[in-house]
Amino acid sequence: MEFPENLLYSEDHEWVRNEGSFVTIGITDYAQSQLKDIVYVDLPEIGSEFQKGGDMGVVESVKTVADIFSPVAGKVIEKNLELKDHPEFINTDPYGTGWLLRMELKEKEELKGLLSSKAYQGTLSEET
Amino acid sequence: MEDYLRYIPHTEEDVRKMLQAIGVKRVEDLFETIPAEFRLSRPLNLPGPLSEPNLLRHLQGLESQRPPHFLGGGAYQHHIPAVVSHLASRSEFYTAYTPYQAEISQGTLQAVFEFQTLMCQLTGMEVSNGSMYDGASSLAEAVLMAHRITRRKKVLVSQAIHPEYRKVIQTYIDPEEQEILLIPYQKGEGRTDEDVLVKSLDQEVSAVVVQNPNFFGVVEDLQTIAERVHQEGGLMIAGFNEAIAYGILRSPGALGADIVAGEGQSLGIPLSFGGPYLGIFTTREQFIRNMPGRLVGETVDLEGKRGFVLTLAAREQHIRREKATSNICTNEGLCALMATIFLSCIGKHGLRELALMNLSKAEYAKKAASRIGGCRVAFSSPTFNEFVLEVDGAPEKILERMRTEGLLGGLDLSRFYPELDHHLVVTVTEMNTKEEIDHWAEALEKVLNPPLSPFSKGG
Amino acid sequence: MVKAMGKIKDNGLIQDEPLIFEQGGEGRKGYSLPEWDVEELEAKQFIPLHLLREGLDGFPQLSEIDVVRHFTRLSQWNYGIDSGFYPLGSCTMKYNPKINEEAARMKGFASIHPYQPESLVQGILRLMYELEGYLAEITGMDHVTLQPAAGAHGELTGMMMIRAFFEGRGEKRRRALVPDTAHGTNCSTSAVASYQMTEIKSNERGVISPRKVAEQMDENVAAIMVTNPNTLGLFEEHLPEIAEIVHSKGGFVYCDGANLNALMGIAKLGDLGVDMVHLNLHKTFSTPHGGGGPGSGPLAVKKELSPFLPIPVIEKEEGGYRFNDNRPRSIGRMKAFYGNFGVILRAYAYLLSMGAEGLKRASEMAVLNANYLMMGLKGSYYLPYDRPCMHECVFTDRYQEKHHVSTLDIAKRLIDYGYHPPTIYFPLVVKGALMMEPTETESKEGIDRFIETMIVIAKEAEENPDLLRQAPRKVKVRRLDEVMAARKPKLKWTGDREDNNQ
Repeated sequence: MEFPENLLYSEDHEWVRNEGSFVTIGITDYAQSQLKDIVYVDLPEIGSEFQKGGDMGVVESVKTVADIFSPVAGKVIEKNLELKDHPEFINTDPYGTGWLLRMELKEKEELKGLLSSKAYQGTLSEET
Repeated sequence: MEDYLRYIPHTEEDVRKMLQAIGVKRVEDLFETIPAEFRLSRPLNLPGPLSEPNLLRHLQGLESQRPPHFLGGGAYQHHIPAVVSHLASRSEFYTAYTPYQAEISQGTLQAVFEFQTLMCQLTGMEVSNGSMYDGASSLAEAVLMAHRITRRKKVLVSQAIHPEYRKVIQTYIDPEEQEILLIPYQKGEGRTDEDVLVKSLDQEVSAVVVQNPNFFGVVEDLQTIAERVHQEGGLMIAGFNEAIAYGILRSPGALGADIVAGEGQSLGIPLSFGGPYLGIFTTREQFIRNMPGRLVGETVDLEGKRGFVLTLAAREQHIRREKATSNICTNEGLCALMATIFLSCIGKHGLRELALMNLSKAEYAKKAASRIGGCRVAFSSPTFNEFVLEVDGAPEKILERMRTEGLLGGLDLSRFYPELDHHLVVTVTEMNTKEEIDHWAEALEKVLNPPLSPFSKGG
Repeated sequence: MVKAMGKIKDNGLIQDEPLIFEQGGEGRKGYSLPEWDVEELEAKQFIPLHLLREGLDGFPQLSEIDVVRHFTRLSQWNYGIDSGFYPLGSCTMKYNPKINEEAARMKGFASIHPYQPESLVQGILRLMYELEGYLAEITGMDHVTLQPAAGAHGELTGMMMIRAFFEGRGEKRRRALVPDTAHGTNCSTSAVASYQMTEIKSNERGVISPRKVAEQMDENVAAIMVTNPNTLGLFEEHLPEIAEIVHSKGGFVYCDGANLNALMGIAKLGDLGVDMVHLNLHKTFSTPHGGGGPGSGPLAVKKELSPFLPIPVIEKEEGGYRFNDNRPRSIGRMKAFYGNFGVILRAYAYLLSMGAEGLKRASEMAVLNANYLMMGLKGSYYLPYDRPCMHECVFTDRYQEKHHVSTLDIAKRLIDYGYHPPTIYFPLVVKGALMMEPTETESKEGIDRFIETMIVIAKEAEENPDLLRQAPRKVKVRRLDEVMAARKPKLKWTGDREDNNQ
């Protein structure tokens, strides 16, 4: 399982790529492996704003549904439309073609609360 | 008599051996985890056991008489082809559980897939679930679903929908989340009052609920209503009681409905004093994941062969638990099968002919009634197989007197609509022969205009 | 000349059967309507054209034998209780007596309209009134409604009643406690009835401990929803104490009665402190499950909650039985008509056939069968809670895991041996659960054969695990692609299939 060093992570198993005042968000390799075959993704409308921890949508697999919680406060500016026809991208390439959405950060400081790759992996060993 | 042992195969020798294998002495020892003070020391106070012949005799004593009737209002007498009960009585169908193990449930699964297809065709919608409890709970779930989709507070409900359905909606909704506004029917016409409806519409309205044909048997114009609701961003929910009407009526989907929820009892399911019936629920594809109830989907097996499975189960109660779209679990699978068999027999032309026969007979009865003094057809709008009759006199008394003539002449509307206190709903299906309708008309004539008896006081 | 449309296959008696929409032809007829004895009218004379349909596109056109063969073949791909052993845990798949089916088809029941005047349906009302009394006696409750159409419907009715109770007193209790060994519907029911759910973890013995409940219990909790016996097949032995804790803070004890088959004539839930319990007539009381309903989910309650029962209720007065609608504190109506009468009637017939002693014997033999099955499988499968069970027992795939064989594989292999698999992956508290409920209607020989088969399968898992992973083989279809079904949902026939003759 991979957890790229250049990304930040949330305890709810999302990854965040820091792009200045923007971020790209997806779910981690661990999250996709737990969910198994993903069949559907429900993402918020572009322009919607979220608090940190806000309920943004769902990722659905055959056997379960997981909520997506916003790892930062901000506004949705783009979403991965490819996932509508190819939800399996999240399984095959969680950090690449399987990205979920891009947000404009409300405050850059927010990123400080997120975990490093190492710290995130630490939480996983606790979980298992 | 221990005839009940025919359902429990254990011999005393079996019991002895089994207890020995388990390592306890007596059957009672198996219940030791139940605190002793809560174990019953006396037998339950119940009748029986009855032998099979005695049970039948007892049940025969409880059977009801079946006078010819003109009752409807959400439950209809239609001919059920012999094929339906014979095939639905195959115990591979009726003694199976919900089809969790797809490989040995293809019979149920394919039948439900066929049912879903038929319901889409009948209602003109894109997706159907595998059934709901009944028409009323189905309609209530439609209202909840519209709220989930729109997150709006108000729902406009036509007063001309089945009054018991209205009550069920009232029970189901959370008054802190949603509020019902009743839209009256037009006096003299019996149709939902479009003017009031349009005036009540705003951006707070999640859905409009109209039934077609409505409780008065009147054919509503869903199209105009649907257009207006959509302009405000709300959803159109079309209910129905009498599925046979869709043999001739344009489908709710074609008229703009977003959710169609109604009762399928007419499709080959016995009256059985009100249940089990068949809740039908169809909608547009875009709302698939907001929909309650079980769904069967087509797929392939590992050899590429077509097969069917329960699908999109992640929405359901056993997986989403507290976030499920509904808590429905067991539905009305066997009734859905019966409807599928019924529609397979009756087919494309049969359903149309059946619908026309219902319409023609109801019109025949209407005409007969219009020749009788002391009563008149209450609403001028077109109807399907039932109509409202205004009578001079108390409907309860009139129906009671018709009963002494050997028939149940209709349904007293005053129990549902206090303002319609001189009104009956009269339902005529293909099962009412011309002779029976003539008899009904004669009885009505006799009750409303009793022949002057030489002993009666004048005036 | 006949053109071969697809592949002709020699599948023996597992007939291939296309969808009804892929058969028949224009003009073929499978119906018989009454004679036209009134004038045939045209719809457009009465109804505006834009409200009429042109036709029923796609509807089948078949002759009667087409329909009969179609559904007969479909039925042969199914497995019912009449086909064989059906140890589906928590579903109580007991034999469905045939006399009950005959009873339900009696004309004086099956053809009765629900709006027929009460004076003409006294027998039917009496039957339901009596059944309510019998169910109250079995559960130790005061009042029963037969209105709910299924177990989950009964649950919803119950939780709404509890809500109405508190609202009537100006209290807004918003929480419900649900143990992790409860049925999945309990959580969604409490959510649909607008409660926030708090999960109570079961202890190492598989039951709820009073301490855990006391920690969570406060005056914002409306009810605890327990299942007893629970989904591990264990009796919640601390229930009386738990009930006291809940009652002391003014809350109610709701019990999911799906597992009542262990307790008839043995103990009454009412005596254990339960305030409300729903029953599944299609489980405990032998009515058939119909391949997914219709069921019936009567709700039994203590006196305090009676005023909130859904309308109508059946009352007995001088001169007969009647429906009473006039109950101002009622939650309202849950269904258009009162109860799934056809199901209720079967349960009534069953109850009279069994009597008090028959029902007790049924519970005793159900528990005997489950314990016997548990003993028989103990060495071959991992038993997470090794203690006497009630009507069902739960094993897991822990011993088979090392051979890379899962619960699913074991279940599917059972199909090859002609059995319906147990409930799998439930309850969630046990990883890889195999939940087995033999019921009392299974004989010792039947259970012995099943145990032998399970032991053979455990052996196969060691020696030839592929047999399990590839199972089932001897069926109409093999394992199905559920991912494809969910990714590209195809929920109806669209007519675009090229090869319709597989």
